[in-house]
Amino acid sequence: MEKILFYILAIIMIVFAVASVSSRKMLRSVVYLLFVLIGIAGIYFLIDYNFLAAIQLTVYAGGIIVLMIFSVLLIHHIEMELEVAKLLKKIITAIVCLAGLGIFLATIYSHPFNVIENSNSTTINEIGKGFLSYKAGGFILPFEVISVLLLAAMIGAIVIAKGTKKSEVGSPKSEE
Amino acid sequence: MLLSITKNIHEWLFSLMPENVASIVEMTIIAIIYLTGFAVAGLFLVLMERRIAAWFQLRRGPNRVGFHGILQTIADALKLVSKELTGTIKADKFLYNLAPYFVIITALLALSVLPFTQDFQAFDINIGILFLIAISSIGVIGILLAGWSSNNKFSLIGAMRSGVQTISYELSVSLSLLTIVLMTGTLQLSEIVEVQKNGWLIVQGHIPAVIAFMIYMIAGTAETNRTPFDLVEAESELGAGFHTEYSGMKFAYFFLAEFINMFIIASIATTVFFGAWLSPFGITESIPLLGIFWFLAKTFVIVFLMMWFRWSFPRLRIDQILTLEWKYLLPINLVNLVVMAVIVWLGLTIQF
Repeated sequence: MEKILFYILAIIMIVFAVASVSSRKMLRSVVYLLFVLIGIAGIYFLIDYNFLAAIQLTVYAGGIIVLMIFSVLLIHHIEMELEVAKLLKKIITAIVCLAGLGIFLATIYSHPFNVIENSNSTTINEIGKGFLSYKAGGFILPFEVISVLLLAAMIGAIVIAKGTKKSEVGSPKSEE
Repeated sequence: MLLSITKNIHEWLFSLMPENVASIVEMTIIAIIYLTGFAVAGLFLVLMERRIAAWFQLRRGPNRVGFHGILQTIADALKLVSKELTGTIKADKFLYNLAPYFVIITALLALSVLPFTQDFQAFDINIGILFLIAISSIGVIGILLAGWSSNNKFSLIGAMRSGVQTISYELSVSLSLLTIVLMTGTLQLSEIVEVQKNGWLIVQGHIPAVIAFMIYMIAGTAETNRTPFDLVEAESELGAGFHTEYSGMKFAYFFLAEFINMFIIASIATTVFFGAWLSPFGITESIPLLGIFWFLAKTFVIVFLMMWFRWSFPRLRIDQILTLEWKYLLPINLVNLVVMAVIVWLGLTIQF
């Protein structure tokens, strides 16, 4: 059962990933990309990573794709089509992609994966404690670093949105 | 009783067929039950809306088809099925046809995690509330696609407004639910109901919980694009908004999904604030079958509240909507979250 589901998801993902880069209509590519991301969420559900799957749906499908669709809505007219790349570019891209794929496949097939017998799904409690613990194996440092990064991004966005005049004077009074 | 019925069917199926086939058949049966419930609930809600609108406006409302107009929406649905599907010439046909399914599938997915009774819950996932939030953030993609692919500027404006509104108010919905999660300590919906056996969470959390509930209702109404937040399909400005170019069943999908979303918002409120299928003061605890009655009764009271909003308030302007969210609801919500954390920390919740 799981095997069949996995193959269905995998085929969906591959087909839409190819469609996404080969489609000449911008919004269609975005929608194909959305299907790929949903497929990944499906794989997470399949291996019982419910939390990760929900985050995948919220952040990628609900956040990033909506943002992309928004920008397409703003800049792109329905009759416009993307240009077809030159042949040389196509060939170079194909070679690079095949090389990347080869490296991935070689790594995956040479790595000995251990089959884990007991498949407990991770609970929210464990995730929360893992996030905020400062003992060995805790993630408090990366968590804080990322929050500083987010703060910097937010301040940057505000400065850009404020306009050019004030951006030189009103430097970010940030950190913490 | 319900449990024994489902258990019997489960055992009967597995005795009849090999395991794989039986589980597929079982899933199909569950899906059909949910689809039927989906359609019936949608049609009933449309009827309820029209009757309540009529009541508020001192009219009679639909009262010709069937007893007191009960069959009116079924007749409407039959009409919609038989209608021609039209579209604009230069529409992006693929996305145009895909958009309604986004909206309707997300609505269906959200239904699957709701605990209608103790045993009647299709998918008791351990991140229930997070899953609901994740799913509801995908629904807006359908609206955006519908607006863009119709190749109609009114649709496009409607879709953009919807996007802005939904993304902003999603924050408030999530934060107000998070306030309640502080008390339960779990995201799993069945466990949240379990916690409420010591009193519904709106009582347990008293003041901050009531504030959270108010914010949730405002934000929930905004997220379903209903009046006073129905800029998305402001009839006086935009035709019918994002679904101007849709006709027949495709329009019906949007329409049904809108009503089901209202039902879902109300059900989440019921589950999180009002104890889902738990009866008040445990008066019918010995009859678990009545759980569905209590669940639906509470849900429809909240649905009625949302309909009451719709026929009482005038429409807001887009800047007013955004001001309300970012300058009022969000700060209130954040303060409320801290207050709730302090209350839980000091053990000031009311327990029965």
